[in-house]
Amino acid sequence: MQSNKKIDMKQVQWDKFMVYIIFVGVFLLFSIALGNKGFLNSNNLLNVLRQTAMISIMAVAGVFVMSAGQIDLTVGAVAAMSAMIVSLILQATNSILLALLAGLGFGCIAGLINGVLVTKLKLPAFLATMGMMQMVRGSAMWITDTAAVPIDNSTFCKIFGIGSVAGIPVLILWTILFYIIGIFIFNKTPFGRHTLATGGNEISAGYSGINAVKVKIIAFMMSGLFAAFAGILYAGRLQAGRYSYGNGDEMSVIAAVVLGGTSMSGGTGSVIGALFGSILMGMINNALILANLSSAQQTIVKGLIIVVAVAISNIAQKKKAK
Amino acid sequence: MSQNILTMEGVFKSFAVPVLKGVDFSLKKGEVHALVGGNGAGKSTLMKIMTGVYSKDAGEIYIDGSKVEINNANDARANGISMIYQELSLIQTMTVAENIFLGEEITKNGIRDTKKMDELTKKVLEELGIEVRPTALVNQLSVGISQMVEIAKAVSKQAKILVFDEPTASLSASETKQLFKMIADLKEKGVSMVYISHRMNEILEISDSITILRDGVVVHTGGTRDMALEDIISHMLGSASGKRFDWIEREYDVNGEDLLTVEHLKISDKINDISFSLKKGEILGFAGLMGSGRTEILETLFGLRTSRGGSIKLHGKELKIKNPREAIRSGFALIPEDRRKQGLVLIHTVKDNAILPKITRLCKGKVIIDEKKANEIVEQNREQLNIVTDGIHKRISLLSGGNQQKVVLAKWLNMDPEIMMLDEPTAGVDIGAKTEIIEIMRSFADKQKGVIFVSSELTELMAICDRIIVLYDGKITAEIARKEIAAEGELQHAIQQKN
Repeated sequence: MQSNKKIDMKQVQWDKFMVYIIFVGVFLLFSIALGNKGFLNSNNLLNVLRQTAMISIMAVAGVFVMSAGQIDLTVGAVAAMSAMIVSLILQATNSILLALLAGLGFGCIAGLINGVLVTKLKLPAFLATMGMMQMVRGSAMWITDTAAVPIDNSTFCKIFGIGSVAGIPVLILWTILFYIIGIFIFNKTPFGRHTLATGGNEISAGYSGINAVKVKIIAFMMSGLFAAFAGILYAGRLQAGRYSYGNGDEMSVIAAVVLGGTSMSGGTGSVIGALFGSILMGMINNALILANLSSAQQTIVKGLIIVVAVAISNIAQKKKAK
Repeated sequence: MSQNILTMEGVFKSFAVPVLKGVDFSLKKGEVHALVGGNGAGKSTLMKIMTGVYSKDAGEIYIDGSKVEINNANDARANGISMIYQELSLIQTMTVAENIFLGEEITKNGIRDTKKMDELTKKVLEELGIEVRPTALVNQLSVGISQMVEIAKAVSKQAKILVFDEPTASLSASETKQLFKMIADLKEKGVSMVYISHRMNEILEISDSITILRDGVVVHTGGTRDMALEDIISHMLGSASGKRFDWIEREYDVNGEDLLTVEHLKISDKINDISFSLKKGEILGFAGLMGSGRTEILETLFGLRTSRGGSIKLHGKELKIKNPREAIRSGFALIPEDRRKQGLVLIHTVKDNAILPKITRLCKGKVIIDEKKANEIVEQNREQLNIVTDGIHKRISLLSGGNQQKVVLAKWLNMDPEIMMLDEPTAGVDIGAKTEIIEIMRSFADKQKGVIFVSSELTELMAICDRIIVLYDGKITAEIARKEIAAEGELQHAIQQKN
């Protein structure tokens, strides 16, 4: 039975592990190159995690959306709008509960609209959510005529942004909580399997009695809800609502999700992979700053790394298909 | 007139098993030559060799007396051979003229000369008597007209030999008539045609000669005029029975109560009055040609199509089935026609496929999937159905067709349905797996449940069906008890009859 135990290199699902291999490689590289500039400093590492919290949380739902074969470009805009709503309601009523309900409720509704556009009106997800992104972002600007809305409620800011529990920043705790929820739903419940089946072969899923319309709508609603929560964290951390929050986050989320081993065409996905994808990008950001690269150079290198990483996992995937 | 435009000599081809065993085939100039044979007789393989889709293992091809090599579709086209596909190969979003000139656009100073191409297209269409504008979009045309445009495309490329594969399967009666007129016109112009069909009446109507294949060998070739339906059928079946499945007498009487009663079911204009019943413990067969409505009836019972009238009763209680979820809940299971597109999620594992419909019923505390139980069920499936795989976590696309189909069966057996409907479950499956699939159906029915079995393989229908319903053009034309059928030829005969 020895042959059974030996790992057949051709059977290894490289695309699933690629993110961890790249993650370790990049981490080692930066530890060596930037160790003396404080990269390995625990404060710096915690900082990386804190800064990537919002992308990480949005990426959880991104895995569901993309596993179902869809795409959601509205997440950054929804985060901004939710931050504006929360700030305005806090300013007016000072009620945290009301603010949360309104912010998260908005996210759900935005996701519901995306889902209906895609499933009932049969718009391609890319176009539907691109239009929605502009509408939501525009609304976030319009609601206060682009003015920022400061938040005076220090309890809110502590819980959702700047506080910490036992030395661990709340942003990291929230991230952990959302990942536990995401991994649980994705790996342990029927909904996770239904999502993968819908993205893997929608016709066959339908023949198996799965309601693909419902699956897609729920995935979009999750995405809206998680994005709205990310917006709340933006507001809490910066103690204000601004229309510009989350600008470009949709692209970072897609990159993180794909790096994490989720297929852009649906049917395969990994929630924990998306976490590593998000942190990997945060780590690269951080390192480029420590290395004193100008922001222009940082942008170029970030783009390059995404292309290279996705290309590597793509090649790995093609090899497997053969 | 009688000189051979194409001759194939001693063609051999095998895919693991030999499919063509030294086939000779010759086509005269300006004739319609019918190619007939049961499923797996080798018709399609022979034509695919002629059109360059497959390469032959041995043998020679001559065109106009000189030897040619056909290794790909371009070689075939260069020799004037064109295949008219069952699934149309036109680009749906382009116009008729754009399709006809695709890849060979006429240009003026590097710019597409739309006017000229439209004009030339118009001429071709007029010559063939096809009433459609060159600027019409293909996706707005009926199937019949699209097929004619495809023929026009081939003719405009100077095709001398056209191959039709079951061209009338999705055509209406008037479209079929139009197609036959066109075939007659082309014949006048000296175009030679190979016509593959299971519809004997059509073959007797339009062909000049017939070649009959059985198990990869030509068993008869000659003029159509000397043939009658009975002759074709007896040649197709032969006297020696090769791979037959034996009828096993039931241990119980199936004339019990109705499990399923379908009355006056209306699905479309064509399929508008279907009534039948299925008894407990019975295997009911649906026989018929392609397009006769067999699949549509199953899809309606499974909620994939909405019925426009009539009633469906299970255990005497009327059901309103609006979607597959409701059908599954009522106790229906469907093993669909297209295993790869409809039956499986190919990129997922054996296990994920086998428990997909069951998954919501496999939860601890209604939320968490009980993976241990799921694994147990699938391991049990693997053992009971003899699914050959390295493990249940292997990607299903890596399994053979027969084993994939067994996973589809497992998927539905796990749901413990009342009625199992199978649409061509043995297509593309090796003979060993075929026998196993038939056994699975038999033991399912033995549990006093119902099976509806659609198949084009009449030997299979005769091996396990207690009763066979014959459909023709959306209507039930015969209902025959197994005991009343003495030989396969009788059933084949029934399928070909309008009344």
